[in-house]
Amino acid sequence: MSLRNPSSTSPLRAAPVADGATRIAIYVALVALSLAAPFLFQGIVTQLAFLWLMILFALTWDILGGQTGYNSFGNVLFFGLGCYAATVVQRDTHLPYFVALAAGMGLSALVALLAAGVLGPLILGMRGQYFAICTLGLSIAAADLFAGWEFVGAGSGIVPALYPGPVDERNRFFYYVLLALATITFVTFRLLYRTRFGAAINAIRDDEDKADAMGLHTTRYKVAAWMLAALFLGLAGGPVAGLVGFVDPRDLAFAGATFGVWMVLMAVLGGKGTLWGPVIGAAIFHATQEFFWTYLFGWQRVAMGILIVAIVVFFPLGIMGGLRARWPQWFGEVVDEAARPARADEGGVGDERVA
Amino acid sequence: MDNLQILVAAPVFNLQLLVDGVLIGSVFALAAYGMGLVWGVMRIINIAQGEFVMLGGYVALHAAGAGIPPLATIPIAAIVLYLLGWMLYRAVLFRLVDRDLFTSILATFGLSILLQQIANQVFGANVRSLDSGLGTLSFGDGQITVAEIKLVAFGAVLVLGAALVLFLKTSRLGQALRATAQNAAAARILGIDTDRVYAATFALNAGICGAAGALVAMTWIIHPYLGLTYTVRAFMIVVVAGLGNLPAIAASGAALGIAEQYAGFLLGTEFQTAFLFSLLVVILVARQLALHRQRLYLK
Repeated sequence: MSLRNPSSTSPLRAAPVADGATRIAIYVALVALSLAAPFLFQGIVTQLAFLWLMILFALTWDILGGQTGYNSFGNVLFFGLGCYAATVVQRDTHLPYFVALAAGMGLSALVALLAAGVLGPLILGMRGQYFAICTLGLSIAAADLFAGWEFVGAGSGIVPALYPGPVDERNRFFYYVLLALATITFVTFRLLYRTRFGAAINAIRDDEDKADAMGLHTTRYKVAAWMLAALFLGLAGGPVAGLVGFVDPRDLAFAGATFGVWMVLMAVLGGKGTLWGPVIGAAIFHATQEFFWTYLFGWQRVAMGILIVAIVVFFPLGIMGGLRARWPQWFGEVVDEAARPARADEGGVGDERVA
Repeated sequence: MDNLQILVAAPVFNLQLLVDGVLIGSVFALAAYGMGLVWGVMRIINIAQGEFVMLGGYVALHAAGAGIPPLATIPIAAIVLYLLGWMLYRAVLFRLVDRDLFTSILATFGLSILLQQIANQVFGANVRSLDSGLGTLSFGDGQITVAEIKLVAFGAVLVLGAALVLFLKTSRLGQALRATAQNAAAARILGIDTDRVYAATFALNAGICGAAGALVAMTWIIHPYLGLTYTVRAFMIVVVAGLGNLPAIAASGAALGIAEQYAGFLLGTEFQTAFLFSLLVVILVARQLALHRQRLYLK
């Protein structure tokens, strides 16, 4: 499997959809819109902040699920640990608010990294379905352990420090914190997927035994990818706890039936294994989800179940994967059959590279 | 852990936990056998397994509410769930055969959320149970008590298990089913309608779970959210015992039942679910380490 993008080597390169200048203009417009959004849409700042959280969820799920081929149902574990670590620091240190928040986020990152670093070597040796179900068990076990642990408030949850300022200001502050975290995640992954590391994890996804035989320490790469996802998920815990103002073990921190499934679904909807897929999937999913919660009250979770089945069964490639299969030239792929490399038949739509 | 002293001081309590564990474990084994059937024949890990158990319980509950004797609701629950399983296969599951395991796990997970939420809307979130109308036996001056319905459930599981084995070994469809499990392509070449076999397998599994659910409603409790615990129990038993090995599945079910009884007694009920899911992680990690040792040996 060639690890290079074929467009860089082919003489018959199709014109990309957006040339450099247009692409920069799109980025600038997106950044400007993101920065101005809390002032443009003052009524829904919290929902917009959650949009960035969802994008972060989908991106961090995709590094292991889409890029490495290991589908975790328990990544919400790291987010939950982050929520609790940050909140406990705020509760017990009596530092000024922002110092405590920063210290709490630091501890969250450490705890999440540690959890992924310790659990990773144990369970990332498992293949496929065993890994998926093991991670599902981990997140539910964590929810129940925290729901029975008196030190963190047991089933009644724990309250983080109160933001020193009006509610509007608090929402805007956490909006920008989450925006920054999601952007850092995106940029980090974008850079990372172009390096040797990105090539290595894609090789693991495409054929792990072959990658192993080629001398890659596959478990190390998988653990590193998972730790990176855990780092960003853990960091997001503190701000979200501050924004919501209450950490519940089952409904916020380790919310396996909502956040835990959503992160998988958003990445699949957008197109797993692509860079922009999780971002687009998260945006569409978040809007749909808010719509369900507003107009289908009571039945919104039923609608969510139908949506999950429909997306997975009828739309497994996702939006980016579907576009790529339909118009490969948009993704800089060679469309001229004669100019196709001889081995091109090996790569179906399943081996998405970074779009 | 205060209860540990009770166990040491009064050893007869151990016997009570063991008996309860074996009896409840037999119901777990039933659901696990169904999961093994679907896994082996269709190569699908059905996460909605526990939801079938839960729905079977509700069917039994409502059938009993309509005046049917409680024990007669067991076959009714099985039949209703058999039909539901068939419909679900025709609507969704047939698209998942031959797809990768991730797709089928995620899709059946979606199905499990869907069924759970529908049950929540239709039946309400309350914890319910069905009174079987049977008494309680007591042994040794009342130190050990066994609800008669648990013995009936145990007997029903034995009968169902024997019937299933007979069906798989002797009937035409059972043979087709085993052939498909061994090699689906070869079975198709030999003229077996594998699509029909898959539909029958999935419906049969749902029916088994429905019967198990009726027994759960009578011996224990049901509520819309208990599905995943039964899925995880079934998965653990299958991972430990292997697909379709009935004696091993029965033994693992009993062991799991006993372990849960002890955990509930020693750790308290608030950690019972946590124990179950932690046990899942421990079993999978132990399995992984054992496999890894074999791999090192091969090198």
